[in-house]
Amino acid sequence: MTIADETIDYIGILAKLELSDEEKEQAKKDMSTMLEYVSKLNELDTEGVDPMSHTFDVHNVFREDIVTNGDDRANMILNAPESKDGCYKVPKTFG
Amino acid sequence: MSKVYETVIGLEVHVELATKTKIFCGCSTEFGGAPNTHTCPVCTGMPGSLPVLNKGVVEKAIAVGLATNCTITQNCKFDRKNYFYPDNPQNYQISQLYYPICRNGKVEIEVNGQKKEIGIHEIHMEEDAGKLVHDACDGASLVDYNRSGVPLIEIVSEPDMRSAEEVIAYLDKLRLIIQYLGASDCKLNEGSMRADVNLSVCEVGAKEFGTRTEMKNLNSFKAIARAIENERERQIALIEDGKEVVQETRRWDDTKGYSYAMRSKEDAQDYRYFPDPDLVSIQISDAWIEEIRGKQPELRAEKQARYKEEYDIPEYDIDILTSSKKMADLFEETIALGAAPKKVSNWLMVETMRLLKEHEMEADELAFSATNLAKLIQLVESKAINGTVAKEVFEKVFAEDIDPEKYVEEHGLKTVNDEGALRKVVEEVIAANPQSVADYRNGKEKAIGFLVGQTMKAMKGKADPGSVNQMLKELL
Amino acid sequence: MDLMQLTAVELGKKIASGEVSVVEATQAALDRIEKLEPDYNCFVTVDKEGSFAQAETIQKKIDNGELTGPLAGVPVAIKDNMCLEGMLTTCSSKILSNFKPTYTADAVIQLQKAGAVIIGKTNMDEFAMGSTTETSYYGVTKNPWDISRVPGGSSGGSAAAVAAEEVPYALGSDTGGSIRQPAAFCGVTGIKPTYGRVSRYGLIAYGSSLDQIGPLAKDVTDCATILEIISKHDKKDSTSVDREDTDFTSALVDDVKGMKIGIPRDYFGEGIDPDVKEQVLAAAKVLEAKGAIVEEFDLSLVEYAIPAYYIIASAEASSNLERFDGVKYGYRTDSFTDLHNMYKKTRSEGFGAEVKRRIMLGSFVLSSGYYDAYYLKALRTKALIKQAFDRAFETYDVILGPVAPTTALKLGESLSDPLKMYLGDIYTVSVNLAGLPGISLPCGFDKNGMPVGMQLVGNAFDEKTIIRAAYAFERTMSYKRPTTLRERGL
Repeated sequence: MTIADETIDYIGILAKLELSDEEKEQAKKDMSTMLEYVSKLNELDTEGVDPMSHTFDVHNVFREDIVTNGDDRANMILNAPESKDGCYKVPKTFG
Repeated sequence: MSKVYETVIGLEVHVELATKTKIFCGCSTEFGGAPNTHTCPVCTGMPGSLPVLNKGVVEKAIAVGLATNCTITQNCKFDRKNYFYPDNPQNYQISQLYYPICRNGKVEIEVNGQKKEIGIHEIHMEEDAGKLVHDACDGASLVDYNRSGVPLIEIVSEPDMRSAEEVIAYLDKLRLIIQYLGASDCKLNEGSMRADVNLSVCEVGAKEFGTRTEMKNLNSFKAIARAIENERERQIALIEDGKEVVQETRRWDDTKGYSYAMRSKEDAQDYRYFPDPDLVSIQISDAWIEEIRGKQPELRAEKQARYKEEYDIPEYDIDILTSSKKMADLFEETIALGAAPKKVSNWLMVETMRLLKEHEMEADELAFSATNLAKLIQLVESKAINGTVAKEVFEKVFAEDIDPEKYVEEHGLKTVNDEGALRKVVEEVIAANPQSVADYRNGKEKAIGFLVGQTMKAMKGKADPGSVNQMLKELL
Repeated sequence: MDLMQLTAVELGKKIASGEVSVVEATQAALDRIEKLEPDYNCFVTVDKEGSFAQAETIQKKIDNGELTGPLAGVPVAIKDNMCLEGMLTTCSSKILSNFKPTYTADAVIQLQKAGAVIIGKTNMDEFAMGSTTETSYYGVTKNPWDISRVPGGSSGGSAAAVAAEEVPYALGSDTGGSIRQPAAFCGVTGIKPTYGRVSRYGLIAYGSSLDQIGPLAKDVTDCATILEIISKHDKKDSTSVDREDTDFTSALVDDVKGMKIGIPRDYFGEGIDPDVKEQVLAAAKVLEAKGAIVEEFDLSLVEYAIPAYYIIASAEASSNLERFDGVKYGYRTDSFTDLHNMYKKTRSEGFGAEVKRRIMLGSFVLSSGYYDAYYLKALRTKALIKQAFDRAFETYDVILGPVAPTTALKLGESLSDPLKMYLGDIYTVSVNLAGLPGISLPCGFDKNGMPVGMQLVGNAFDEKTIIRAAYAFERTMSYKRPTTLRERGL
């Protein structure tokens, strides 16, 4: 399977990765190799097999609706690259 | 001949569920609060944190599903919806695509006396995003994650609506159902109920619908109606010009009265949904569904029938009293405190409605307690205060939920029932107004009204007008 | 003898008896680390000051009888993808080069409660993506048996730190073999528990449906002891299972009589190093001689495990790693024009090549039009692989095979060809796909003197049976220190 430039650009938009031209060429090659390799699964007949997300039969794991968390803003926001007035600061989002 | 177009509308309604905690962590859902003070590693997307589902969210979602005639998906799951935006701390939203909790429901609406069914395609559970505030001074945006992880249900209708009136009737119906269930307060202005409008137009009788757009940022019923009208016109104009309607998401600007496309090349709208591996499936047994059905509170239609039977009040009044859960609750709670249903209904129907209108408020925003209304009614019934004073006191109850007994006491508003005191004042008024006295004695019956007014004024309104009238007649 | 030559349990006994103080044990670990780190680079962070503070507190608790467990006072190293409150937690990535969590991974909390002295955080492949520990932003970790070779990965720092006797034991995590393969390459023992056995809370996710935390140590007794401590139901992890059968040390019994052991014939075909094959089969003979019933059988679907694994793990990773965006924590690029440019530059500068490769692949297989063909196909394949194991466990108690087709490769050898590196996971990934427990333990050496690992796979939540088999085998073969340590008199 050959990977078009557009595909790499499109995946770059989805994954928020910006690749240099050199990296793009490498990514095309790598992805094409991998997709070809994983297409091996097409040999398998999986008709009627349900997709399995978890291997164990665990369900209905719930929390009760009780407030357990306090305010840890002062600590948490220390990790923010930029903050202001107790908020995480980011480049302008629109307008 | 110009063509006739039909508007085809479907709604995606987001409702914040009234749980104490967020959908996947033990943070409070309380509205307001300083930025990021209701956050933890889970709802700020810290690495290594994991979601655990709030049982109350599932129960409320099932309750809404049952009340809107949905089928409950007995094996449902959460999926991740992947997109980058700063209000979305993980850059994926935990939502439901493949197995939403409710499907195939319907509600009945009524517009201009015509009844109509609106289909509900599905209801799914998801987490709300944080809030972005735009910081004008340095051209940046600030993120507050207090709302991040607040539980939402999204109610997706079928494209069954044809006009803004139907849309509003449908929203009103949903709002009432959900409020009656106690699943949400459904306030459009605070964002606890939000509607996105999917709209397309086609010629009447066309076999297929036209291309639809999705309209966001609609914060009031008025905005919704305006946006629908505007978008209908915009699409018709495009078609008449021989242009195509583009399938896109648009944002409504209610102050400017127009919408614009939220397009960006960085916004591919390819959400790469897949089952969230951090959460396990939810198995909803028949027994669980029946338990929730059994606990379902009385809904509006049931309430209306009961009021008619129990309280013997006019249908029109019942309609108004039940048009908001808040109002109906106040009505019932006040009666439970011993007030006569007719009296309570009167206070709600007349004075309360007047003040709501005057303050441009919705019934949902009523903030006074049944206790204080009941006390007020008791004061009137026992003739401790007269009607005029009562109205005055009620304004205080309405605005500040004051205790009427205390207020009347503190402000000395009690009717004076001391006959001696009243007689003294009446005698003074008669002495001070010889002209009116003469008029009355000469047969001008009306003159007594002036004398009653003067007496009331002298008594600072604290007399019972009936008693004053009687005493005047006696002394004249 | 250096205290660090002891196993964790042996050292714990000396501490409990008062023969060795917790501070002495801590000092011994820190001395070794200072001496050997320039050669091996097992650690990203060493918390010297904090270690002594912990040591003193723990000593007091031991003295007044509050702490009586087998590992009280024993130093430990934690893989750097587990959060530790206030301590740098990097996942060996530039993008988390300044991240200090405000919370601690549950598995680490369990160790703290048991009186562990946390010495520091070990090096790994960036975000656990790799099998060599060469994709770390903080430099390559070397194999203590031969510093021209990789320690394996992704828990290479943890495995090498144990082999180099810098710490008696360490925690690792295993998504496709990341505990078992470095254990094999470094000649130590490691367990990947059943999915759900150990809480994942605070483990920075790679492939959430596959990740499990587990121990790396010198022997089976240590591993069983550690696993017993960290296996605890956690309400903060929806996939953590509430079970009572966590008394793993009760399985330390030298008896495999009648135990049915199956050897998948399909594990010994093309691609396996003849020395590895020989040593693993010889190990099976040893167990047979001790009374186990050993048979060969066809497991089937072996060649489909890697493709399914790479689709599932990459897809989950592409989503799990979206949160690293320069907004809430971690690295943010210096200059940018707007929001999306900030995202792209931050992520492109912050992630290394292998991580980007997997994010791209994962985003692609989930994208519109490909989801069914790749992702769902992989989940269906996973179901078939699970069925194949279920069938095998109808007949066998344990599945025995190699951990990896080769012993430790030379540095740089697999980086040039990612697919080749992926193929090295052939015997381990299916165990993660099926959610089963696996133990990796040394069973011999190849012609270069590099350790060979054997893998024993058990049925879901049946760690005890593989612990018993591993313990019985281990009785026949004493622990070997890396030859270089012996030669250098270390």
